[in-house]
Amino acid sequence: MNSRRYATRIARPRSALHIRGTPIISVLLGSMIVALVPVVAQAPLLPPFGLMIFLGWRVLRPDIWPLWAGAPLGLFDDVMSGQPIGSAIFLWTAILLLLDVENQRHVWRDYWHGWFTATLALGLALTGGWFFVHIGGHGGSLVQILPQLAYSVGLFPLIVRLCAALDRWRLP
Amino acid sequence: MAPQSKRRPGYDRKAQYGLFASYVIAIGGALIGLVLLAISILDPPGFSALRSAGAEIARPVASNLRKLVVGVGNLDEAVAAYINAGSQNAALRRQVDANRTRLIEAEAIRQENVHLKRLLRLTETEIGIAAAGHLISSASSSTARVARLDVGHAQGVKPGMPVRAPEGLVGRIIRSGPNTADVLLLIDEGNIVPVRRTSDNIPGISSGRGDGTIEIRALNTERNPFKPGDVVVTSGIGGLYRPNIPVGVVARLENDNAIAIPFANPSRVELVVVQTPFRPVEAARESAAQAASADDR
Repeated sequence: MNSRRYATRIARPRSALHIRGTPIISVLLGSMIVALVPVVAQAPLLPPFGLMIFLGWRVLRPDIWPLWAGAPLGLFDDVMSGQPIGSAIFLWTAILLLLDVENQRHVWRDYWHGWFTATLALGLALTGGWFFVHIGGHGGSLVQILPQLAYSVGLFPLIVRLCAALDRWRLP
Repeated sequence: MAPQSKRRPGYDRKAQYGLFASYVIAIGGALIGLVLLAISILDPPGFSALRSAGAEIARPVASNLRKLVVGVGNLDEAVAAYINAGSQNAALRRQVDANRTRLIEAEAIRQENVHLKRLLRLTETEIGIAAAGHLISSASSSTARVARLDVGHAQGVKPGMPVRAPEGLVGRIIRSGPNTADVLLLIDEGNIVPVRRTSDNIPGISSGRGDGTIEIRALNTERNPFKPGDVVVTSGIGGLYRPNIPVGVVARLENDNAIAIPFANPSRVELVVVQTPFRPVEAARESAAQAASADDR
């Protein structure tokens, strides 16, 4: 009886594209949400979904992204988000490198550790994004990213659950 | 839990080289990012082909969703109006009576204006509409206040053109793709608009604050002459924006700065109009030429 129960959940046929492509496509879709949401915002309104999904996969499976993955995915995010091109390329790659250094120092990890490092990463990304827009002569005061940061951090565990569900779906 | 890591290759030479290469590529990628960033900050219209490719992909979905949201977004107002119907009705009736008199006066003034202009041989310059479109989405996760328009250079929209809604000024075009264009909103810090107070023509400049409000500063006086309740419109000085487009109303003073609320709320406006840039020198030359030809006749 148990074999029937698990028959649909293990050893399913999965193509390489399905296994490798799911994380990438989920990040690309997350970056696109921001351009698709039909709201003309008067202040930064939406959390950076692309980056959150990117970090969600990283927390779930520390080896999933090659170190350079931040560059191509960040380029797509820049094109979609309206940030100056290069901002997310730099920030996402820097975040991956920093997380890698952190990984070598602190080997043990759990739920709170993942959330905490993601909080730092999101803070770095939003502050950096604000700074790059600011030196271009646009944007406003730094205060306005605080609400955005607050609900990015608050939503992060949900995004990790989403990545975990996708992870179960993608693996054989 | 301590997961196994591919980043500890041990004695495997091939894995060690692979790891080293990934660090080199990653750091190189970050540096390339910085270079691209410098280019896009120093040359804002650069990479516009790349951006408009992204915009064109997102356009169909965003414009269809936007149609849905405009309907839903006004639901709260409809409910509030229903609840306040009685008192609102009485207030509106009083307002209509007051406005009727003013309308008649305004009509008289308009006729007098037409008459005076004819005397002075001033011709109305054309309104200069390049295209009309809808705001479909915006950079919702970025601190730059940029909205996306569903018309592009196929419809004659070019960078630098001012954008207005029936309620007032919205911003100006910074990038245009084939069927989309990006509008730098009035509320962005980088958007500076010459304005004047309607009551006494005191000139000032408006710049965005990035949080949905704008700041009005006087041009030539030490103290800030703007008070809450003052209405400012574009002055037409310096070209680009046509004169007398409504900009905003001053709401409060903060450290001698006047903080105003724009008339055209970008999250509410539906239809916007892209205008051709206003060139006062050419307009004056044209009207002078017309006056001269009228004299010859």
